[in-house]
Amino acid sequence: MKYNIIDGVKYTRKHEWARQEGSIAVVGLSDYAQDKLGEIVFVELPDVGTEVEAGKGSAVIESVKAVADLYAPVSGTVTEINEELLDQPEVINSDPYGDGWVYKVEIKDEGQMSDLMDKPAYEKFVVEEDEK
Amino acid sequence: MRKSKALIFEMGRTGRQGYSLPSNDVPDKPLGELLPDKMQRSCDLGLPELSEVEIIRHFTELSTRNFGVDTGFYPLGSCTMKYNPKVNEEAAALPGFAFMHPCQPQQASQGALELLYNFEQGLKELTAMDRFTLQPAAGAHGELTGLMVIQAYHRHRGDHKRNKVLIPLSAHGTNPATVSMAGYEVVQVPCDDRGLVDLNALKEALDDTTAALMLTNPSTLGLFEEEIIPMARAVHEAGGLLYYDGANMNAIMGYTRPGDMGFDVVHLNIHKTLSTPHGGGGPGGGPVGVKERLIPFLPVPLVDKKNEEFYFDYDVPDSIGKVHAFYGNFGVAVKAYTYMRMMGAEGLKQASTDAVINANYLMSLLKKTFYLPYDRICKHEFVLSARPEKKKGAGAGDIAKALLDRGFHPPTVYFPLIVEEALMIEPTDTEAKETLDAFAAVMEMIAKDIDEDAEKVAHGPYNTVVGRLDEVRAARSPILRWEKES
Repeated sequence: MKYNIIDGVKYTRKHEWARQEGSIAVVGLSDYAQDKLGEIVFVELPDVGTEVEAGKGSAVIESVKAVADLYAPVSGTVTEINEELLDQPEVINSDPYGDGWVYKVEIKDEGQMSDLMDKPAYEKFVVEEDEK
Repeated sequence: MRKSKALIFEMGRTGRQGYSLPSNDVPDKPLGELLPDKMQRSCDLGLPELSEVEIIRHFTELSTRNFGVDTGFYPLGSCTMKYNPKVNEEAAALPGFAFMHPCQPQQASQGALELLYNFEQGLKELTAMDRFTLQPAAGAHGELTGLMVIQAYHRHRGDHKRNKVLIPLSAHGTNPATVSMAGYEVVQVPCDDRGLVDLNALKEALDDTTAALMLTNPSTLGLFEEEIIPMARAVHEAGGLLYYDGANMNAIMGYTRPGDMGFDVVHLNIHKTLSTPHGGGGPGGGPVGVKERLIPFLPVPLVDKKNEEFYFDYDVPDSIGKVHAFYGNFGVAVKAYTYMRMMGAEGLKQASTDAVINANYLMSLLKKTFYLPYDRICKHEFVLSARPEKKKGAGAGDIAKALLDRGFHPPTVYFPLIVEEALMIEPTDTEAKETLDAFAAVMEMIAKDIDEDAEKVAHGPYNTVVGRLDEVRAARSPILRWEKES
């Protein structure tokens, strides 16, 4: 597989990931998403305290190719944002699952986490996307 | 040929001169007597010192680096610059037009007013709209004007709930920005697998908060929205209005009209439709036309005629106000009107025919080599996907650079977003078959180069003054002016 798809996080069909840590979900972009976007030059983060809604735009990622919405994987209240990205958005390219995390959210509905794809399901999804 | 990258500031030598001032024929006075200390410059001016011939060579050389439709093929889909016949320039340069003053009294401006009046009549006929404002300076400016008129219309009826504007995924790129600028929320409408607006999804998205649907028809995929009549009906039934982005009007002149399709507001990008300069390079024009019920909200002044005399009508109490100083870019209106009259109704229709035939011809050549995701008869433009090439190691952006190496302006890349690795190609109506053949041959050569050595293509261009620019740094920390090294 060309893309790095890791265990321990859940994926959306729009290529975001979410990792549950207690009642909090850490949210970011998958390796596939950062590869398709190309070099990321700017990130617009939500304010802490913002209510995000699953499937709706929650942050804006701008690359040399395009401007894309980061759709919230789960609904909830933003508790922390990765301010490092404001100065170094390219971290999303180099470390999408680690230092490139985008924001943390207090999960409103645990059920939404289980609706997301796990590693094998997402791998299959990405292969299909790539072959389309 | 000399291809220096040096800036003029880096070229001078201390003491070199291009001009000598004559000796002063009034007595010298020390600067201190004329200006207080705090107003005197204390540091060096830092101007470059060069001879006349060095300056002339520098700027002449820079001028040869321009690439425009007057120097070569320019298939920049959606933003295409159509060839501007030089007769347009001649008309706009007529002394009676060129030396007019915008504050000249109406009685002394009758000819100019008559031209604006007649231009408006022509636009009305072309689009089936009831009135036009000629003020907006470009397409995007027209969009904002049009949405403000729509906003004024809803508010005037006391309908304050409508805060959303629907935009299909295949829309013109400026539309979402305009919607935000006008204070509306964007609601995206998906496309179906034909690349057309998904009518059912549109119907689902409509409700009593819908202010308008903004639609480009034909779309940025170069496809005509065949279901426009049921779409218009659905939007109107929900109480919304239809906004026509005229970016692609050049494909349908004389064949169909936005007003007949059910649109309430139209803007025209006259650089493409009526062969004037582009709003981005300007000065440009983006006239906005409306149906009867929206006329009261148009910007002031409108040009009207009473007892065989033309005048500016400022008596429009519900107008959104002015959107441009004076009456818009008058010279551009002269150029567009000249084109309209030179072509005539049949000629404009022929221009659309030629634009569509050229696009379909080039598409049929290129789809032999490249992947065409929406393989249907197109209108004025079509979108290839360089996804297969990307997998080999060189994508849409690399193909664009390779075209530069071979003397062609690249197509629009990475847009529209619904096609991955998009190459959006619009040849326009004036290009000869030989030019299209030459472009297709070069594209095939590039595809072959990618098969043989994608890595090499991914590092081009090789023949241009500068090679790969650092796009990331340009976006994140642009250097916008020269600064002297300290």
